[in-house]
Amino acid sequence: MKTNKLNEQAEGDDMTSAETAGGSGPDKAAPLLEVRDLQVEFKVRDNVTKAVNGVSYSVDAGETLAVLGESGSGKSVTAQAIMGILDSPPGRISGGEIYFQGQEILSMPENERRRLRGAKMAMIFQDALSSLNPVLSVGFQLGEMFRAHRGMSRKDAKAKAIELMDRVRIPAAKQRVGDYPHEFSGGMRQRIMIAMALALEPDLIIADEPTTALDVTVQAQVMDLLAELQREYNMGLILITHDLGVVADVADKIAVMYAGRIVETAPVHEIYKRPAHPYTEGLLASIPRLDQKGQELYAIKGLPPNLQNIPSGCAFNPRCARAEDVCRTDIPVLSQVTERDGTELVGRGSACHFWKETIHG
Amino acid sequence: MTELVTGKEGPAAAGPTAEQQGAEPTVVRVSQWSDIRARFFANKLAVLGLFILVVLVIVAVFAPLLAPFDPLKQDLANTLQAPGGDHLLGTDSLGRDQLSRLIYGSRIAMIVGMASILVACTIGIVLGALAGYFGRLIDSVIMRVADVFFAFPLLIGAIVVILLMGRGVLPVVLSLGIFSWATFARLLRSQILSVREMDYVHAARALGASQFRTIRRHILPNSLTAVLVYATSNVGIAIVAEASLSYLGVGVPPEVAEWGNMIAAGRDFMGVKDFMWMYPSLAIVVTALGFVLLGNGLRDALDPKLR
Amino acid sequence: MADIEKKPVDATPNVTEVAKTEASTETAAVNAIEEPAAQGEPIIQVRNLVKHFPLTQGILFKKQVGAVKAVDGISFDLYAGETLGIVGESGCGKSTVAKLLMLLEQATAGEIFYKGQDITKLSGRALKAVRRNIQMVFQDPYTSLNPRMTVGDIIGEPFDIHPEVAPKGDRRRRVQELLDVVGLNPEYINRYPHQFSGGQRQRIGIARGLALNPEIIICDEPVSALDVSVQAQVINLMEKLQDEFNLSYLFIAHDLSIVRHISDRVGVMYLGKMAEIGTDAQIYEHPTHPYTQALLSAVPVPDPEAREGRERIILSGDVPSPANPPSGCRFRTRCWKAQDKCATEVPLLAVPERFKASKTPAAHESACHFAEEKDVVHAAS
Repeated sequence: MKTNKLNEQAEGDDMTSAETAGGSGPDKAAPLLEVRDLQVEFKVRDNVTKAVNGVSYSVDAGETLAVLGESGSGKSVTAQAIMGILDSPPGRISGGEIYFQGQEILSMPENERRRLRGAKMAMIFQDALSSLNPVLSVGFQLGEMFRAHRGMSRKDAKAKAIELMDRVRIPAAKQRVGDYPHEFSGGMRQRIMIAMALALEPDLIIADEPTTALDVTVQAQVMDLLAELQREYNMGLILITHDLGVVADVADKIAVMYAGRIVETAPVHEIYKRPAHPYTEGLLASIPRLDQKGQELYAIKGLPPNLQNIPSGCAFNPRCARAEDVCRTDIPVLSQVTERDGTELVGRGSACHFWKETIHG
Repeated sequence: MTELVTGKEGPAAAGPTAEQQGAEPTVVRVSQWSDIRARFFANKLAVLGLFILVVLVIVAVFAPLLAPFDPLKQDLANTLQAPGGDHLLGTDSLGRDQLSRLIYGSRIAMIVGMASILVACTIGIVLGALAGYFGRLIDSVIMRVADVFFAFPLLIGAIVVILLMGRGVLPVVLSLGIFSWATFARLLRSQILSVREMDYVHAARALGASQFRTIRRHILPNSLTAVLVYATSNVGIAIVAEASLSYLGVGVPPEVAEWGNMIAAGRDFMGVKDFMWMYPSLAIVVTALGFVLLGNGLRDALDPKLR
Repeated sequence: MADIEKKPVDATPNVTEVAKTEASTETAAVNAIEEPAAQGEPIIQVRNLVKHFPLTQGILFKKQVGAVKAVDGISFDLYAGETLGIVGESGCGKSTVAKLLMLLEQATAGEIFYKGQDITKLSGRALKAVRRNIQMVFQDPYTSLNPRMTVGDIIGEPFDIHPEVAPKGDRRRRVQELLDVVGLNPEYINRYPHQFSGGQRQRIGIARGLALNPEIIICDEPVSALDVSVQAQVINLMEKLQDEFNLSYLFIAHDLSIVRHISDRVGVMYLGKMAEIGTDAQIYEHPTHPYTQALLSAVPVPDPEAREGRERIILSGDVPSPANPPSGCRFRTRCWKAQDKCATEVPLLAVPERFKASKTPAAHESACHFAEEKDVVHAAS
């Protein structure tokens, strides 16, 4: 598909050059994870909800990609498709490929796929309490990873569980290994989730709003821990969030999603100063600042789109101040963003017909 | 959205509806009916359930017209006849027409099933509401009593009551009602406890709404739905229980045309004259199924979030 | 009105004395309540407010085995026409404060003065008159509207309860006007809540709150359930309505950036106590309580460059249980400044001694024995 090709370009020099260089075997040249033109829909009776409409992104080992979007943007559904935990039915992957360490995984048989989960890629969810089994001790649940995947004995698995709890800095791990999930605080439970994701030292971690349910001071602790462990294990991290602040703290690059498409990609430092898509621009202008008392907030008008009836052309056009006729008819592709003089901005792409006007004013 | 406006509630009824609602303690608001009806009839299984029950009600009401014979009339010359001929479903060991007994049996089934659930529902709603609203000691006492009733197996409890009262329709209705109210009370109580904490109830109190108004407008309409749905599904279970009592010989007197009695009468001829117990059994299963389907359909139709 | 004495936080208020309002005093009370408050005067004064939720055990006869000290002696003023923000993490008691002010929960002790009158002991007509003037906007737009009522009935319900506000024939027009005021199509009057998005539902909740033309609106996390792009719309609407209807807001939220944006003054709560209170600039630019400093420094800022130079204070551990709070200063278990004094002496909410004489912005009320100023939201230069 067209969007796909352009997106690859927009992903930046590092990736394209790696691919063209080739030669040294697919595992090394290819990114850790590459999603190509993914499409997911949900069908309930006769209603088709188009949740993901051609998403492409990639993550390298040791890199953090932030996928930013509001509810219904398709950010979590994409992650579920990567993990292979999409509810289907009603969900269905209707197109695209996902390459993990150079291997296409959507066409893999389910039992091979299952072996990837946990061992090679793991996920951290927003709600740790409902992600943990309430009737099993955390030590047992952590140890289960080793018993199931590594065939360890109960005793060894328990020792490993304590080691993991230490790693994620749960105080008095030895004494608490037999405790049940409800006996831990929210922040501690999220650490246990992280420990569980890390157990088999996967190459990729997907964290879906990992700190949204936590208090600010605890959020900072957990985010720091996650970033530190990622560096230590050189994992790829996909951080799914709606919080532009969290993104600024930890991400290397960012993909902004709207109505199931990526509307803008950029290295994280650049997007805040010079957004190249009116949606990103609007989002940034609509958050109040902590360090200064602002004037009236800019508010993006209208409502997030109904995914059963996505506006024609650019999905953002009914809410966009820059929209013109072309925006109502043609779907904009993610195209390379350049400086005024035509110099390519590495890793930057925008799916807006008027990205030049947006970024250069 | 137009179907909302076409409801019985006039467009200028923002005020008066409150009074309408007060006069009509039903679970659902009038203006929502068309909406609910549309959702109900879109559900094929629910419509099937409704169809079964409508047919059954017609059969029960017009039993004297539909039944080819007197269900009590014995014909000792024609006992244990196989289905076919004059007797479409055969005759029993006393020569009574099986079809006619089946048709008349629907009357007992429907009356006992619905009346016993009505009894259970009434006790359960009153006690459940008291426990849910007032909490504390009243709640503790009612719920502990409910636990005792809950612990009693339905049939054993019912047999004890019938032994004390004697056999007949009324004792069966009362005994089944007395031993199944506890679930209704528990259900309503838990619904009230959760609805009571909803912000719209807080909002009404913050506006200065009286306790009565809060209960009538906000708490009851949102907590009774579940009870109504459960009650509908449970009529089928009550019918099964009623037939079981008769089968065990403690329900309605044995000569009465009743499905449990008919199965009991066929018990001695199992493997020989299977038609004797098979048709009444089938009738019980189909009736219970009808109520369960109707209950499920109501649940889906009444939940405004399922759209 | 402003002269109600602030008692020290630890004074034990008398709970047994429940005044029985007689008819004449009730009328006087109603009259006082209906008098509009002057701009800049305190319209609500909270004094030593306490709410303990008993923890009980037992099957039939419950016996109390402890209490969750959700709110444990807080005092503050809300001035007419201002927005007072209350921030704090979960379990700090800020939502309980909202419920207490709405008289949805009964205070264990303490007073809430509305125009000089203690409303915690009101009942009957006087209580109803107070309710007209203090309204609330709730956090969750999905549970704050009765799913079985139309929008018209939801927004019209205040008029059913207070028929004197709008004559019957006028109500539909009033409801449509309110829909228009909050930016919804007046033709939506016959729709049900589930036909609206979260942001639209929040607007319906705001319209209901406005119906009786109240003076005060208590907002309990009014935008935290909404998408970022919709949050700004609702915040702007609330600011517009405040100017238009001369409302006073008590704005409770955990998002420090939003609170700063909308508030004139801000109070920071921790474990049922007020840690620090002052104008928005005093709290955000010159915080003196270590908890406020840690809280502000932990907020992720959507600006990587501003983030680089900022000092971050990462607190260790979690918030202790409000059923068993630490002795002395509640924050001492997580505080890097804590000393022996903090375990034995409860710090009072007052302007710290060392700043009293000075006219610096640090001279605002802070409940810390070792209060000192520290800017954590700006990059160190």
